[in-house]
Amino acid sequence: MADSPATTAAHGHAADVTKRDFLQLITAAGAAIGSAAIAWPLIDSMNPSKDVLALSSIDVDLTPIVAGQGITVVWQGKPIFVRHRTDEETKTAQATPLSQLLDPQTDKARVKPGHDQWVVLIGICTHLGCVPLGNKPSDPRGEYGGWFCPCHGSQYDASGRVRRGPAPTNLPVPPFAFTTDTKIKIG
Amino acid sequence: MAGLHKSDFTNPVINWIDTRLPIFTMMQKEYGVFPTPKNFNYFWNFGALAMVNLVIMILTGIFLAMNYQPNTALAFDSVQHIMRDVNYGWLIRYVHQNGASMFFIVTYIHIFRGLYYGSYKSPRELLWMLGVVILLIMMATAFLGYVLPWGQMSYWGATVITNLFSAFPVIGPKIVTLLWGGFSVDNPTLNRFFSLHYLLPFVLVGIVFLHIAALHVVGSNNPLGIDVKSPQDTLPFHPYYTIKDSVGMCVFLMVFAAFVFFNPNYLGDPVNFVPANPLQTPEHIVPEWYFLPFYAILRSVPNKLLGVCMMFAAILVLFVLPWLDTSKVRSARFRPIYRWVIWVWVLAFMVLGVCGANKPEGVWVILSQISTFYYFLHFLVILPLLGKLERPLPLPESISQSVTGGRGGGPMPSGAAAKPMEKA
Repeated sequence: MADSPATTAAHGHAADVTKRDFLQLITAAGAAIGSAAIAWPLIDSMNPSKDVLALSSIDVDLTPIVAGQGITVVWQGKPIFVRHRTDEETKTAQATPLSQLLDPQTDKARVKPGHDQWVVLIGICTHLGCVPLGNKPSDPRGEYGGWFCPCHGSQYDASGRVRRGPAPTNLPVPPFAFTTDTKIKIG
Repeated sequence: MAGLHKSDFTNPVINWIDTRLPIFTMMQKEYGVFPTPKNFNYFWNFGALAMVNLVIMILTGIFLAMNYQPNTALAFDSVQHIMRDVNYGWLIRYVHQNGASMFFIVTYIHIFRGLYYGSYKSPRELLWMLGVVILLIMMATAFLGYVLPWGQMSYWGATVITNLFSAFPVIGPKIVTLLWGGFSVDNPTLNRFFSLHYLLPFVLVGIVFLHIAALHVVGSNNPLGIDVKSPQDTLPFHPYYTIKDSVGMCVFLMVFAAFVFFNPNYLGDPVNFVPANPLQTPEHIVPEWYFLPFYAILRSVPNKLLGVCMMFAAILVLFVLPWLDTSKVRSARFRPIYRWVIWVWVLAFMVLGVCGANKPEGVWVILSQISTFYYFLHFLVILPLLGKLERPLPLPESISQSVTGGRGGGPMPSGAAAKPMEKA
């Protein structure tokens, strides 16, 4: 900058440069922080609102579900499989050696103690998000007696563990607890 | 075919882009070195402030639209949902709601600046007319937006304003039915109002662009109202006016924030907290403050068609203002009579606003009639005559000479200019 003699004398040349750099940095930093502070409420408004968060848990009555049947309930907009396994299905699931599994996990780890016949799963295929078939006895359940995903043929056993790809992992178990012997709270 | 643009930027990436699409050169020319009269006062902030406001409105509006339901059964509740449940929904809505008022405050001051300093006069007539178009679209957008929360004032405001068109003979009722998409203000009306309320701000952006393009052809007016005669009369836009605009913007945002955080409903009408009821008109129906003067003009005439025509004429008269004002002198500073007359007009406009807020009874009727009369008298009689009768004060030789107190031709621009600017 072509300073006139007067301004150069007043500020001193080297000092003037650093001061200006400093002020520019402070201004830019202030503008950046301000913009971020303005942007955040707008971005956060796209996160789940309070009424959506309020729907974070549901109660399910298990009495109408007979052995061999499953139902689908909705929790946080997602399908949740609640399946009442027959004794035979439970035994097969418990007896499956971990070496045969793609994503090894024991059946015990996926059910609540004392309620071995009840499996609760998030019914979304871990491949690309379709809802697998198999809740109704008339549905195709795949070769392992669990669920069969119609989109790309992934198969799950009666514990919801993946047995044949392309799905990479087991169907996840949502947080849930037995409030009584015939009632569960999901979420 | 034209060749590549020869770019002066040294940064290789910017240079590569600029060679093919010279937007950096354009920004540098229009907002960097753009020669701007050096005697601006703070009235010249308000155009930039209006633009900032438009951006704020579009941004908050986009996020509100993500949570709003344009359906008569859901609209009112969805607005309450935004206020209570959506993260920062209260903030976004209050900014949008008060932003409408701020937009009109800023724009009215911007228009007043134009009137006082004669910014509408040759060669800036088209620039001014584009501004009037912006005002009209702004008003339409504000009205449409006010209907969306679907409270009592929303509903009855929509009913009254759309019914204005019924005043036109023969085709009037057909126009109203067309506007409604039915036989009363109802769901189809709300749907289309939402659609148009989302569209018009982007139309505004387009016309604001033309407004600024026109400004950059003829150049800015200034408080002296005289033409720029030499480079010594100007300063580069950056950093001088980017900084001056930033100072004004800080003040503007502080006022804005004061409304939003301390009294967000001060300018609103409590009746709009009552959900719309097509069977019950509120006891006292008034538009938002920024429409009150025009509402008063409408009510001051005891004839339906004439009242509507007067109201529209009150804005349309601005289109021909450049030709109604016969004075060649722009700035009121050098027009000893006009500088008083313009304030009388402002007073009449304010009185109309107060009249519009009160029930049309007794003294308010007379007052609004007198003020309406003066409003039009100013434009249609006083301005054409005043240009011929008034004897303007002598104009300064140049901006530079005026601001440096006759020392003209001193050290330029970076050293000497900083102080004189404050004097202007």
